[in-house]
Amino acid sequence: MLTNFKRIVKSGFINFWRSGVVSFASIVVLTVTLFVIGGLYLGHAFLSSSLETIKEKVDISVSFQPYATEVEVLTVKQQLEMLATIKSVVYSSREEELANFEERNKDNALITESLKEVVNPLGARLNIKALDPSHYESIARSLENDSALSADGRKLIYDINYRKADIDRFVSFVAASRRLGVAVALALIIISILTVFSTVSLAIHVSREEIAVMRLVGANNRYIHGPFIVEGAVAGLFSALLAVLLLYPAVIWVKGVTAVFPERLDLVSYYLNHFSTLFFFILGFGVILSMLASYWAAKKYLKV
Amino acid sequence: MIFFDRVTKIYPDRSLALDQVTFSVERGEFLTVVGHSGAGKTTLLKMILVEDRPTSGAVYLDSTDVNHLGRQHLHRLRRKIGSVFQDYRLLPNKTVFENIAFTMEAAGRTDEDVASDVPHVLELIGLADKFWNFPHQLSGGEKQRVAIARAIVNQPDILIADEPTGNLDPINTSDIVQIFQKINDLGTTVILTTHNKSVVEAIGRRVITLENGRLTRDDKNGRYAL
Repeated sequence: MLTNFKRIVKSGFINFWRSGVVSFASIVVLTVTLFVIGGLYLGHAFLSSSLETIKEKVDISVSFQPYATEVEVLTVKQQLEMLATIKSVVYSSREEELANFEERNKDNALITESLKEVVNPLGARLNIKALDPSHYESIARSLENDSALSADGRKLIYDINYRKADIDRFVSFVAASRRLGVAVALALIIISILTVFSTVSLAIHVSREEIAVMRLVGANNRYIHGPFIVEGAVAGLFSALLAVLLLYPAVIWVKGVTAVFPERLDLVSYYLNHFSTLFFFILGFGVILSMLASYWAAKKYLKV
Repeated sequence: MIFFDRVTKIYPDRSLALDQVTFSVERGEFLTVVGHSGAGKTTLLKMILVEDRPTSGAVYLDSTDVNHLGRQHLHRLRRKIGSVFQDYRLLPNKTVFENIAFTMEAAGRTDEDVASDVPHVLELIGLADKFWNFPHQLSGGEKQRVAIARAIVNQPDILIADEPTGNLDPINTSDIVQIFQKINDLGTTVILTTHNKSVVEAIGRRVITLENGRLTRDDKNGRYAL
């Protein structure tokens, strides 16, 4: 058993080396495929990170009436925090709002002077972030319908700053990006797999006579199949190495091209920090795909 | 040892390759099958090796109907049969040594057996100096010798050879015939197809004649009658 395994592995390596051009062609196709798969992996990270960054910038701002007390606002905050759709609620007191307002308008003498004449006219504020952008609409609607009242029966909420159009556009953009991303990834993966299967199939087709002879001289299927599967694994290994190395200049290029986006993911750092995960992902995909293709292709010719 | 029982083979294109062929071969016999091209000689050998199956009739090896063997069991039957083909059918990416070793390894022989038997059999057929040559570096005669070495290295019960001298010059033909005779002298049953009259006469043993798929003659003492 062990002797057979050793012979199969040795034969696989020797065949890979001696097949020269055929092995080279398989490696080229597999490398391109794995490069695409690696690109999809990094593209997914880039897109997810960019969407996450944009998501972080979206929120609902709820301004309260100046007469709403801190306790009343904090009660509303606690009620909001209990909702499953809400990620965080940040409280900003009347004093902080005034300080922010003064800071924003420090160059406007009229406003600065006017503020000195009056009692703080601003109410406290709650900035709400949802777990998913699609939740904003329902949160905003529930706040608008909220009947939170002060002790003397007046409405507590002054204004809900919810840029519906922007958020709706963003929600549609996220959904479309995801759908497009999945469709493109699926299409590329299917094309890549078919290409690899065709190439490996073609490479093994060259050996069909050889396979028939092996059968006729008394070799069993496992002994014939084995070296082709090992060859596939070796091709997958080399291709994974090449693909992961070729991705490095590619991410440097992408980093340069996307430099105009201020909040983009630093793909080069991401590539370096996730190198081992990326490598093993590509390696696993390449080796398994290539082995499966070899198994399937050789099987066709074992019917002698 | 081998028994063809009314074997008929009709290919999908409706051509009749074998028509109710019945004969038997005893252990240790040397049988030459003669006939024009298309007479059914190769089909007959394919039936023994189960490379193809009869449309009707049965082929027995000892008491086993070989056509009842599933594909997964064929390798065991084939290890008992050495085969030599007109076009040699060597493995092109393996050296002479590896071509012969492959048959032994496939049969589960040990590394020690391989290391001792392959040089021995190569010496026997006069190719001891071609160990590490690839098939494309050999002449036709040398390739056929390697094919014979591969066929006999596992000491099979039966050796079948399909037009083994078809691509060879007269000197190589004579050498190859002598090798087959030696193998037969050592007790291996040999079945050889040819349409070469001088080969039949040189062997001088039992001859069966096929014409259009029918067995028309069975002569005990090598006669070429076509």
